[in-house]
Amino acid sequence: MSQIEIKDLTYVYSAGASTPKRALNCINLSIEKGEFIGLIGPTGSGKSTFAKQLNALLKPTSGAVLLDGVDIWQNSQVKPELAREVRFKVGLVFQYPEYQLFEDTVYNDIAFGPKNMGLCDADVKEKVLAACKFVNLDLNLLQKSPFDLSGGEKRKVAIAGVLSMDPEVLVLDEPTVGLDPCARESLLEQLYRYHKEKDKTIILISHRMEDIAKYSDRVIVLSDGNLVMFDSAGNVFGCDKVLNEAGLKVPQICSIMAKLKAGAIPNLNDKVLTVDGAVTELLKFV
Amino acid sequence: MEKFIDIVDLEFNYEEADGGRKINILDGVNLEIKKGEFLTILGHNGSGKSTLAKHLNAMLTPTAGDVFVRGINTKDYSRIYDIRSTVGLVFQNPDNQIVASIVEDDVAFGPENLGIAPEAIRARVDDALRAVDMYDCRKEAIYNLSGGQKQRVAIAGIIAMRPSCLVLDEPTAMLDPVGRDEVMRVIKKLNKECGITIVLITHYMDEATDSDRIVVMNEGKIARIGAPLSIFSDVDFLKKCQLSIPQSVELLQKLKAHGVQIPSFVLNEDECVDVLARYFSANAISR
Amino acid sequence: MLSNIALGRFFPGNSLVHRLDPRVKIVIVVVLLVTVFWAGNYLALLTNLAAIFVFMAFAKVSFKNYFKNMKVILFIVVFTSVLNIFYAKGPLLFKIGPVAITKGGFDNSVFVACRLVILILISSLLTFTTSPTDLTDALERILKPLSMFKIKTHELAMMMAIALRFIPTLLEETDKIIDAQKARGADMESGNALKRIKALVPILVPLLVASFRRAFDLALAMECRCYNGGDGRTKMKVLHICSNDVLAIFAVVAVFLLVLWSNFWALAVHL
Repeated sequence: MSQIEIKDLTYVYSAGASTPKRALNCINLSIEKGEFIGLIGPTGSGKSTFAKQLNALLKPTSGAVLLDGVDIWQNSQVKPELAREVRFKVGLVFQYPEYQLFEDTVYNDIAFGPKNMGLCDADVKEKVLAACKFVNLDLNLLQKSPFDLSGGEKRKVAIAGVLSMDPEVLVLDEPTVGLDPCARESLLEQLYRYHKEKDKTIILISHRMEDIAKYSDRVIVLSDGNLVMFDSAGNVFGCDKVLNEAGLKVPQICSIMAKLKAGAIPNLNDKVLTVDGAVTELLKFV
Repeated sequence: MEKFIDIVDLEFNYEEADGGRKINILDGVNLEIKKGEFLTILGHNGSGKSTLAKHLNAMLTPTAGDVFVRGINTKDYSRIYDIRSTVGLVFQNPDNQIVASIVEDDVAFGPENLGIAPEAIRARVDDALRAVDMYDCRKEAIYNLSGGQKQRVAIAGIIAMRPSCLVLDEPTAMLDPVGRDEVMRVIKKLNKECGITIVLITHYMDEATDSDRIVVMNEGKIARIGAPLSIFSDVDFLKKCQLSIPQSVELLQKLKAHGVQIPSFVLNEDECVDVLARYFSANAISR
Repeated sequence: MLSNIALGRFFPGNSLVHRLDPRVKIVIVVVLLVTVFWAGNYLALLTNLAAIFVFMAFAKVSFKNYFKNMKVILFIVVFTSVLNIFYAKGPLLFKIGPVAITKGGFDNSVFVACRLVILILISSLLTFTTSPTDLTDALERILKPLSMFKIKTHELAMMMAIALRFIPTLLEETDKIIDAQKARGADMESGNALKRIKALVPILVPLLVASFRRAFDLALAMECRCYNGGDGRTKMKVLHICSNDVLAIFAVVAVFLLVLWSNFWALAVHL
């Protein structure tokens, strides 16, 4: 049984209004526990809508989302709080998550999720400290107001606020947008470590193909609400034609390698995803 | 090229509210910006680059040192509107710099403030909207536009004041790749075709490749000034300043570290492919 | 979703009504509003409604949008007319328990409901066909004489323009914050009134912080664009009164007189 199964998922925005828009169109896919999934697509392709479907913020117009084999909307008519249970299992980090901070101290803000889960104070504390460790947050900041922190620190606090619920699946909608390169890299490294150490499933939405290529096991490509591809990162970034049609680019390193193979070095293995991979392949020809 | 903007020993600091500790944001910056050039300022968050930008049109004035715009000291409060209509400033978040609900009404805001005659404003607004390729959207409501379109409207709003210099503070940081391309294309066009001096602040090296000069800021100081090629050639220095390096540059750098004899420095993908292709067709042993 | 609300929205167009001078439009709307309150019987209301339908036909905005606006206000209409049922005397119609419904009360409530619907149509007509900039601009010019009494008319108009500009932005922001807090398990659907009010804190605080941040950024951007209050400012759009405007004013004055006449006519019939 897959951890997440999406069956014929269709979502129509403002059904009944004068101009309904089909944001997701009959999507079928399944994700295994412990995978690192990249989710790419141009703006308006339905990435964010897809993310909201996974943690029951939006209800499918038709089709179903199954978590550990159970439809997340099953019985929701009887018990609306079941939708909330799903949100504790599938954590969702929004774009610019620092705009959701509201508590008087950093500690209380990170503790908001665990408290909503109904945990006791000791458990809450444990979860908060564990989350801080993963995002590498200075513990001296815990008693400060979140509004006194720098932009990068606020981002860490906001992400810790979702990690502290210890979700089985973590969905992140462009978590690095607006950060400088150094902060971006360290955030992604921390997420990767979290994924490896705790065997958690991660779904990363990003416009930065280099990051998707570097970390993802498999990549979902959406375009106009349709599932265009769902395959290993190597295979997806090998199909530059399909990606270009969807309005996406391949990482620079992939396109350099493809051009070299097409020209000077026909025997080159161009299925690489990182600069280090490319160096290894190229050194074979020296 | 004539002396256009002159920054002399610029220092800017403020005292922390509680501790009274002095925080140096800018620490002795000397820089001369020439008319018509495309200057890129690179630096990580907190390196002082935004603070420097705000000094260029008297949004901030120096704690010590001076900034001259066309010979006018920015501390001269009576000339503040001359300075601000000469040097326009575009910010990161397009939503927060658009005043009116309709595209053309917003672009007119600046010229209206300058007290220009109505027919002349109309002409300026139309010109500015054409310059950023948004003329067809002039009657649109702001909330119907994409991020890239909003940022171009914000640029048009500044261009309509007919400045000779445009300072852009991370104008693409909040945009998707399509929006980024649109905005960068417009910025380059304004520089090449309209002769507007561009000061582009960013932390993306790939946006800097076409500029005339690059200034790298670090810890409130100018760490280095130079042509793109000379800046790109020192990967260790760039890493020390916490900047992102295009994969093409990183690839060549790493190959060199493995003893591959390639003439190293390139600016973009195609040049990188050329360099490698030439090297491997001369030296490769096929396996 | 919050962002679907059509209230206060502008539909760009080039119809006769769109092209009327915004000052004239404001005057017309004020006259029509006064007329609605003056109307004492159904004939007068009908005259009013007919005039508005003529304007609506000329405005060429889909009728669906007016109904959308109506839906938002429906609650207020129902609420006020229910209140009005109890407010008048007259022959008894029927009794529900201790509550007596009189003929006068019933008439009253239907009449008030009709009035409110017409009021909504009038205000929708104005906002649908006039851009927020034109609207505030016209208001500034109409209020200009008040500046004699040291009332800052330009600043008032500017504040209104900015408020209108940021309504869609802040609605979108609110949607996002609600989703983000729900994703952290915030419970907004259950509990008693006090619990629900407390559940608003995680939404209101970030919204307030975001608004302050936007206000600060916007002030900076406005300064960069040489904003210095209303003194010495010019306007891109010059307003002229043209023949259509004069025609529209005559039409509305005619409606006003008709309504007055129908009021008297009803009075005369009674006598």
